[in-house]
Amino acid sequence: MTTLTTRVARVARTTRRTREPEDLPPRSIAPRPLARVLTIAVLLVATAYFVLPVVWLLIASTKSNGDLVSTFGFWFADMNLAANYTSLMGWTQGLFWRWVGNSIFYSLAAGLVGTLVSVMAGYAAAKFAFPGKRLVLGVTLSGLLLPTVLLTIPLYLVFQAIGLTNTPWAVIIPSAVSPFGVFLATVYAQTSVPDELMEAARLDGAGEARIFFDLVLRLLAPAMVTIFLFIFVATWNNFLLPLLMLSSPELKPVTLGLYGMMSYFDPDKGAVMLGALLGVVPLVVLFIGLQRYWRSGLAAGAVKG
Amino acid sequence: MAPFVILFALVFVIPIAVSVRAAFYGAAPAESTLFGGGELVETFVGLDNIVAAATSEIFWSGIGRVVLYAAFQIPVMIVAALALALLLDSFLVRRVAFFRLAFFLPFAIPGVIAAMMWLYLYTPELSPFLPYLPSGIDLMSPPTILASMANMTTWTYTGYNMLIFLAALQAVPKELGEAARLDGASGFQIAVRIKVPIVRGAALLAVLLSIIGTIQLFNEPVVMETENPWMGKSYTPMMAAYASLMGTVSPSGNGPASALSLLMAGVAGVLAVGYALIQRRRTS
Repeated sequence: MTTLTTRVARVARTTRRTREPEDLPPRSIAPRPLARVLTIAVLLVATAYFVLPVVWLLIASTKSNGDLVSTFGFWFADMNLAANYTSLMGWTQGLFWRWVGNSIFYSLAAGLVGTLVSVMAGYAAAKFAFPGKRLVLGVTLSGLLLPTVLLTIPLYLVFQAIGLTNTPWAVIIPSAVSPFGVFLATVYAQTSVPDELMEAARLDGAGEARIFFDLVLRLLAPAMVTIFLFIFVATWNNFLLPLLMLSSPELKPVTLGLYGMMSYFDPDKGAVMLGALLGVVPLVVLFIGLQRYWRSGLAAGAVKG
Repeated sequence: MAPFVILFALVFVIPIAVSVRAAFYGAAPAESTLFGGGELVETFVGLDNIVAAATSEIFWSGIGRVVLYAAFQIPVMIVAALALALLLDSFLVRRVAFFRLAFFLPFAIPGVIAAMMWLYLYTPELSPFLPYLPSGIDLMSPPTILASMANMTTWTYTGYNMLIFLAALQAVPKELGEAARLDGASGFQIAVRIKVPIVRGAALLAVLLSIIGTIQLFNEPVVMETENPWMGKSYTPMMAAYASLMGTVSPSGNGPASALSLLMAGVAGVLAVGYALIQRRRTS
């Protein structure tokens, strides 16, 4: 026990000593206390701006319509959570969890298909020469800058013509196509799949399909998580696409369902807020859990410019 | 590659082709008889839809609103994101991970749900902060609603842009800052003279993506419209296109909606290219 604590203490001391010159400036040029206090103040104000509305959402979802109007916004009043939940189920005719399930299903399906397709395309673009490659890559990159919402109406016309509107396909197929995913996969495959490894595998008699599924997918796993996250979140957040494509209440994702609930005359506001909160929780959990993949994707986006 | 090309064609190329074609067609009664039209058929109308859209007052007042919105919202958001990123990248802050997560949190809230939340935050009886503002402020009246919606977008995307800047800043070699320190530069000078120019590429991209995003402004005004019917069904161009497709405004139908989409893409393209050219000229 004692040896352990001393060892921990020693490790802590050494890490602190080694970290110092790297992370903190020498004392002579260390920031003045005033600058530090001001910085912290600015950051705390910004934190309040970004976080307080969510805190309010959390609190508002426990209140009745009456308490929402009459009590202090940033603290709890009578716990009305159960009544709000019942009201939410009533307003949505019991479909609320089905909408959440739909959102999960669409996002998951689009994420999985989109990731696989993006990685295949990115790997091919990075490692093989084929006719038309430059054209395909160029068109894909211009797809990055194409306003996706403007595509939604044309998409609707096409999907209507082939009879896919009001089916899950109408949401999943467009969401699975990610120019950003292909871009990320191409960049990642260029740097992390060594040619030597592919050659060695070929000499050992592995076919191209086997090389891709057994070797390349493993090497590209970090990029795949990032691509999956981006597609998953984009699909979950999409509103116009399901608004146009889906008309049956049973097929709605949670964003669309809540919007429909809100446009009723005088809805139960606490219940709407509870629904909003419950519709957001899965995403927030995903975000906090997989932060570092987000940042690697954003870093790739930043270098792109 | 092949699966992607097929899907890409299905989702990007074919829809564009179809909407270009649709823009040239209108639905008109097959043959008008004494008792009104027959069945609706598609007829070639040439540039009629595009001319109608390009000369419609609804479209241009929508574009006007969106451009005004972008002219204020994008600079505020980009400057705020850059300032926060520089602060987090400086020596002044220890708990970077905490602030990074807090600022990024709004991005995890879907746009529609964020808009619903802010709508209630703006509603006088519900709002937790309106009572503390000077009385008489109405955040959802015709003169203020654009600013109120700009606040929603800023709230959602500032943290996202900040992370992009932070990622670009972290690619800056540490030695650069140290060398400047030894030469006696202050932290502020380093930030402005060394770091800001380095993230210029990322900033250009962020602004371009924001311009393109703003032209398509849809979720926020649609949600605001539920409580503010005076906004109408064509407050922004995207709302107008949607309403046109749904037949809730006139002119309706696939052709006019496609024409509106194409025109909007054109305006977005012109603004984005224009901005990129101005930026490039300034840097060179």
